[in-house]
Amino acid sequence: MSAAGWRRYLRPIWPNWRAEVDDELRHHLDLTVERLVGEGLSPAAARAEAERRFGAVAPVRDACLAIDRRRRRRLALADQATSFAQDFRFGLRMLRRSPGFSLLALLCLILAIGANAAVYSWIEGILLRPYPLVAEQDRLFALAGTERGTPGHTALSWPDFVDLQRGSTLVQSFIANNITSTTLSVGERAALIPGGIVSANYFDAIGVRPLLGRGFEPGEDIGRNAHPVVVIGYRLWQERFNGDRNVLGKALVMNGAPHTIIGVTPEGFAGTFVGYVFEFWVPASQDEVFDPTGYKQDDRAARWIEPMVRLKPGVTRDQAQAELSALTGQLERQYPAADRGRGVMLVPLWKNPFNGASLLFPALRTALVVAVFVLLIACANVGNLLLARAFARRREMMVRLALGAGRGRLVRQLLAEALALSAAATLGGLLVAYWCRHALVLFFPTRAGITFNFPGSVDWRVVVACGAVCLVATLLFALVPALQTSNIDLAAEIKAESMVGGRAKGWVRSGLVLVQVSLSFVLLVGAGLLLKSLQGIRRADPGFSTNGVLLTSINLTAAGYDTTRGRIFQDALLDRLRSQGTIASAAYARIPPFSLKPYSSAPIAVDGYEVPSDQQPTAEYDEIGPGFLATIGIPVVSGREFMRDDDTASTPVAVVNETMAARYWRGTNPVGSRLQVKGRWMQVVGVVRDARYASLQEPQKPFFYVPLRQHFSGFVVLHLRTPASPESLGPALTREIHALDPELSAGELISMRTQVDRTMSPQRAAVALLEVFAGIALLLAAVGLYGVLSYVVSQATRELGLRMALGAGASRLVRLVMTRGLILAGVGVIVGVAAAVGVTRLLGDLLYRVSPRDPMVFGSALLVMLTASVAACLVPAWRATRVDPVQALRLE
Amino acid sequence: MSPAPLDLLQGTLDLLILKTLSWGPAHGYAVARWIQQLTGEVLLVGEGSLYPALHRLEERGWIESEWRLSEHNRRAKVYSLTNRGRQQLRAEAATWGRFVEAVTKVLRANAQPA
Repeated sequence: MSAAGWRRYLRPIWPNWRAEVDDELRHHLDLTVERLVGEGLSPAAARAEAERRFGAVAPVRDACLAIDRRRRRRLALADQATSFAQDFRFGLRMLRRSPGFSLLALLCLILAIGANAAVYSWIEGILLRPYPLVAEQDRLFALAGTERGTPGHTALSWPDFVDLQRGSTLVQSFIANNITSTTLSVGERAALIPGGIVSANYFDAIGVRPLLGRGFEPGEDIGRNAHPVVVIGYRLWQERFNGDRNVLGKALVMNGAPHTIIGVTPEGFAGTFVGYVFEFWVPASQDEVFDPTGYKQDDRAARWIEPMVRLKPGVTRDQAQAELSALTGQLERQYPAADRGRGVMLVPLWKNPFNGASLLFPALRTALVVAVFVLLIACANVGNLLLARAFARRREMMVRLALGAGRGRLVRQLLAEALALSAAATLGGLLVAYWCRHALVLFFPTRAGITFNFPGSVDWRVVVACGAVCLVATLLFALVPALQTSNIDLAAEIKAESMVGGRAKGWVRSGLVLVQVSLSFVLLVGAGLLLKSLQGIRRADPGFSTNGVLLTSINLTAAGYDTTRGRIFQDALLDRLRSQGTIASAAYARIPPFSLKPYSSAPIAVDGYEVPSDQQPTAEYDEIGPGFLATIGIPVVSGREFMRDDDTASTPVAVVNETMAARYWRGTNPVGSRLQVKGRWMQVVGVVRDARYASLQEPQKPFFYVPLRQHFSGFVVLHLRTPASPESLGPALTREIHALDPELSAGELISMRTQVDRTMSPQRAAVALLEVFAGIALLLAAVGLYGVLSYVVSQATRELGLRMALGAGASRLVRLVMTRGLILAGVGVIVGVAAAVGVTRLLGDLLYRVSPRDPMVFGSALLVMLTASVAACLVPAWRATRVDPVQALRLE
Repeated sequence: MSPAPLDLLQGTLDLLILKTLSWGPAHGYAVARWIQQLTGEVLLVGEGSLYPALHRLEERGWIESEWRLSEHNRRAKVYSLTNRGRQQLRAEAATWGRFVEAVTKVLRANAQPA
């Protein structure tokens, strides 16, 4: 039999529908026959003629049946929706009727769902779609340079960037996007304002149309200082130009050079950088105005571009990566001097190494795991509350069952009630997330007057994710209680208001508490490990003094100084400061330790050091003034540091660190030998102790110094060795600077301790998040334990009464209850230890010199957990001793 | 002998059914007869399309059905127009009018447009 035949055979399962259609069609045939008979045909001939005219009945009937089926299905769905809405409303009414339970459950769920929503909104707003108003961010990737034999990433050179752009067929646009800054007076104050140095295609490539004017035109990014134009941000336009619509064509003087304003970006656009809101954009041709290392568009060895790419639609990262790798292979062969060993790597935005995304990624990854833990704990807690309530509502359910409510219907109604609960909690959680969306910035102190910007975004994706969490949570915490409730044995229940069922429920409840205890234990361990790492980092030796050193930036470039005037100013200021009694020494460096700004980096060569043919060693270096190393406390191991007469008139010199000496001079003392930097030979005059240069967690690396007096920069950081505090020294410093130039002001004066602490913001953020979450978890677990024990005591009232009547003392009763509670907590902790050993490895980079299995931390977590457990057990135990034996026995 | 009956355009049948039901409830056979009689047997409504169309209109909520006893004491499924169906009829009739007018204009044209 064919499939259709079978279907026809089976159809009598819905006989009514089919019969109705048959009846309807037969009615039509009958009427036709009657008419034909009326016209004079014999009944038999009339029927034959009618059937001929009608044609095949089966297809018509099937078509009608199909339409009817569709209609019925739709009606049934609407019907179900209506009945669910009824259940939901009923659920809300039930929740309102027991406000104590509802409030407690709601609070648990709001905390948990709120934690999840907040973390999702941060991940969305900072990692996944970090750039407001920028189109299709799924196709954006960071393009990082790589160097064979060296981990990490580099920037790209302009010629390489342009060649990749020319050769690639899979990448839609290459976008150069470097951070820079300038000092502008906005309103009353002078402020350091971050901005972008970008390729000419910038605004087109990211899909942002200026609100006023235009973006950049092709070619405006090439030619030394050839295109002094600027697009300004909405806030700058409002605050500095009062929203004047005639602002286009006006000049904005930045770093001494007038730039014509050609456009204003729309409100809400913050640039394409995680961490700061940009307020102006200039084409890459203006680079020299903002970066004292000069115009570098023709220099293939100068790697300074921090690009993004937009892939063509449908192109995968792997395909694009393969194409770009082939292209860099060609460049390597074509330009071995500059590009040997160099490649590129496409990096998703959430790991973008060029901005603050990489700062927060580890913390947010941890937070995500932790938020899920908190959710599970909260679900276990609410599940427990529901079970307790289910017991209390046994009578209600019994009556309903007795009145003929189906068990399925009962389960559905209980689930709807739970859904009402978690839906309300989800709304609350989303509000929590909305309030907390800017909370992460709190861990990142303002730097040089610029506030960080790490906005969470509560968009539709976050709302959908929270909706899913809400559904999953409902199933997690409500399914078991609902099934158990519907399982009431009607006969047994009605016969005796017995404790049957109480025992089974007790097991479920204990299991849930066990889960809570173990999960909170894992969180406690995690929080402890992070706390210990943070302390470890704080105590770690960066290789220079963190006490007694102050620093501040002095930007002569921005003030319009040329090299000659700049040199004179820098020397004069040092002379004035040295005559101050409180200042032991003072020196400049282009980049201070632990700055967010990158050091200079260059290809190097050393006499007698054989380079593998496919590599080109490079090293980072800093331009420093005379006495800098002594000022910040980096000891000289051999030779000397720079002196005042190491200037343009004398031999180029360099000082290397110990790691560099060991790697390139293999144990011989490099002092007196030569080092080639960017093709220029320098005399090594000293070796210094290794230090940390950008962060405490970085590995030891080769590093060297060149004299600032031979490599002038107008934007430097002044380091002062002094016992004075920033507050007390600040006025004197301002006075000395104003004596030389009343217009000039220095940046924020901070201690080296502060400078170092600021690099620990990611760890601090992670620790704070984990501590808050672990606190919530501990509280929830304690409440859960308390709830279960209270329940045990209330259920065992009769038993306790009996024991008391038989002469058991209060202390025995306390022991009885406490033992039960602590066994529960103990088993939970054991499971927790096992889980923690497996899970804490996830903390990875966030841990600093702490084993993920640190016994101290595990011990402390155990102590905290047990203390909380004892506290949670004490009240029920005390209540057990208050049981009146007479009352208890009479209850029967 | 009348000229050969014309087949109905899809959608036109819906319009005609709605119109016939606007006079009052009727069963499928009556709807078909009325259409044939009114058009002087020019438009032939095949049962193969009539009944699916009725069911489809019911699915869309433009008509509703009910089993009644007919004049000869027979069970008949009787359709009647709903409020939404009445609105739909008005809208489709207007569209049809504009359509006919437009087509007629083209067919009556004497000269090719400049």
